[in-house]
Amino acid sequence: MGKISSNTLRILVLLAVFAATVLFFASQIDGYLNARLFNRISGSVAVIALIAVGQAFVVLTRNIDLSIGSVVGCTAYFTGGILIAYPDLPPILVPLLAMAIGALFGAVNGFFVARFQLPSIIVTLATLAIFRSILVQSSDGSSITTEKLPVWLTSFATQNAFTVGDLQMRWIVVISVLVVLTAHVFLTRFRAGRRFFAIGSNPDAAAFAGINAGRTIFLAFVISGALAGLAGFMFLARFGNITVVAGLGLELKSVGAVVVGGVKIFGGSGNVLGVLIGAALIDLIDTSLVRWEVVSEFWREAVLGLLILTAVVLDTVLIRRLLDRRRRKAATLAEERAS
Amino acid sequence: MIDRLRASLASWEGFLFAVLLLLVAVNAIASPFFLSVGNQINMFQLSIEKIIVALAMTFVIINGEIDLSVASVMGLAACAFGWMVQQGVPAGVAVALVIVLGILCGAFNAFWIVVFKIPSLVVTLSTLIAYRGFARVLVEDRGIGDFPEWFDRLGQAGLIGPVPLAMLIFLVLATLAVLILQRTAFGRKVYFIGANRAVAEYSGLDVRAVKAKIFIASGAISALAGLLYAARVGAVRGDIANGFELDIITMVLLGGVSIFGGAGTMSGTILAILIVLNLRNGMALANITGHIQTGVLGVLLILSVMVPIIRETGHRLIARMR
Repeated sequence: MGKISSNTLRILVLLAVFAATVLFFASQIDGYLNARLFNRISGSVAVIALIAVGQAFVVLTRNIDLSIGSVVGCTAYFTGGILIAYPDLPPILVPLLAMAIGALFGAVNGFFVARFQLPSIIVTLATLAIFRSILVQSSDGSSITTEKLPVWLTSFATQNAFTVGDLQMRWIVVISVLVVLTAHVFLTRFRAGRRFFAIGSNPDAAAFAGINAGRTIFLAFVISGALAGLAGFMFLARFGNITVVAGLGLELKSVGAVVVGGVKIFGGSGNVLGVLIGAALIDLIDTSLVRWEVVSEFWREAVLGLLILTAVVLDTVLIRRLLDRRRRKAATLAEERAS
Repeated sequence: MIDRLRASLASWEGFLFAVLLLLVAVNAIASPFFLSVGNQINMFQLSIEKIIVALAMTFVIINGEIDLSVASVMGLAACAFGWMVQQGVPAGVAVALVIVLGILCGAFNAFWIVVFKIPSLVVTLSTLIAYRGFARVLVEDRGIGDFPEWFDRLGQAGLIGPVPLAMLIFLVLATLAVLILQRTAFGRKVYFIGANRAVAEYSGLDVRAVKAKIFIASGAISALAGLLYAARVGAVRGDIANGFELDIITMVLLGGVSIFGGAGTMSGTILAILIVLNLRNGMALANITGHIQTGVLGVLLILSVMVPIIRETGHRLIARMR
């Protein structure tokens, strides 16, 4: 027991909660537990998981990116617009293009936060509004519609990479999972990745260790923007119709997934695998409540909010207690050894 | 005397005042209707609920916290009022119950922030979603109108001459806010805790009580603002006041209140409120749409936090030239 790190513990708890939620709804809704459930929620989880992982990079460095919903909306819209103007673009370039556009938006945030050391909550609160108004201004109120887009794009959203029995693994799901795994390996196994934790857990110590805080924070925002851009591409592929309100409110869901996934909001600790489960849990509850007849679907938001709060409270209280107990145990052990 | 005048002009409030004068002048030249009493009252009326909440938000942010749930409390209050009226509760009783609801919302926030020491950013982010959710549960996707006539009239017509109730409430609350923050011991505590919580705790200040009071007041005032909104519009929907927290926080930060707490003044917030109102009104008169107006406010918000940096660079450049 003593060997399990708090990160592993968190992920095990999250998985248990996830399983319990599935079982609960399975006992309430007829024909709930089948392959369709997986196929239905995996697509939207893919999108939310991407932006949540981007958000996690930012939150790890003690910052927050509230502009992410507007970035998703903007990239979906601009990518769609470019595709309509140049329908012959090679498909492989399109997601890269979306990521580049998103990274550009992220760089604006990162520039102000890292270069001038402005509080990220103010900067991204402002760019949340600014990016959205750029979208409104440049779209002139007109929308992107499915029929104007190339067919390959709209069918991409439902294309399977492979199937396991009835479980369909969509390409967007595979890509999203790959991104999460890459981010996980990068954050845990690479020196450049550990810097995000170092800055978040103790900025002064990180500075003494020679870590360039500004560059790392800038990078975090660029990553967040680029992943939001990729999410914007998937958003475009899934929905086809993009209006000026596309992606509205996704920043709350991403922060929710990050927090439920066990990333400390004041930086320095967390795990993107947890974030993936957090995103999946939030989406699972969201979709399942619509089908649960006992409560009206209007309870979705109320439940989501309380879920985030519960997750944070439990996390804070339980992890705090666990760490306290371990510290005490270590202290008594050290005393015994000393005497 | 002249030194004091110069000092006040060089302060952030002095700068805001100059900007305000400039805006009023530009607006007055651009549109002949701008200075009319009707337009001036209309200008206040269109944002009156936000600016009332901005007064409470000033306390919250100076105290080193944030309350993202204010707009959802406004929405929940308005929807709860509509729902109660629909269930046959007398509107007067419903008004009282809604204020109690606002107090409970604030107390719920305060409970987790004060007792469990969970960051207010996370708590109020969750309740931003949750309170909005409860509002939707109450009214679902309907709109509820048909409020008693006296209620609608209070929201829409002038109470004293052309001045409506909401504006009077704002004036009273603004006066109270200035007095409490700048002239009472409680106000000093708000600053002290915001500047350095640990030192405040070691000095024996009851940090928890101060924080709890501020969040409860924020909830109650947001509920009041939600009621005023319901009365002004004459109907409620689930998405009423959605996203207002952005405007409210922008006004406070533009007023020179530090997001890290401990610094800022109520007069700064009030000046910033007037600037935002004039800017929005001027842009509306120039046919600029709401989304773009919000974007401009966003630019303004970034500029306002950059002013100290710009000023410093200016000084450095001047020093280098010498």
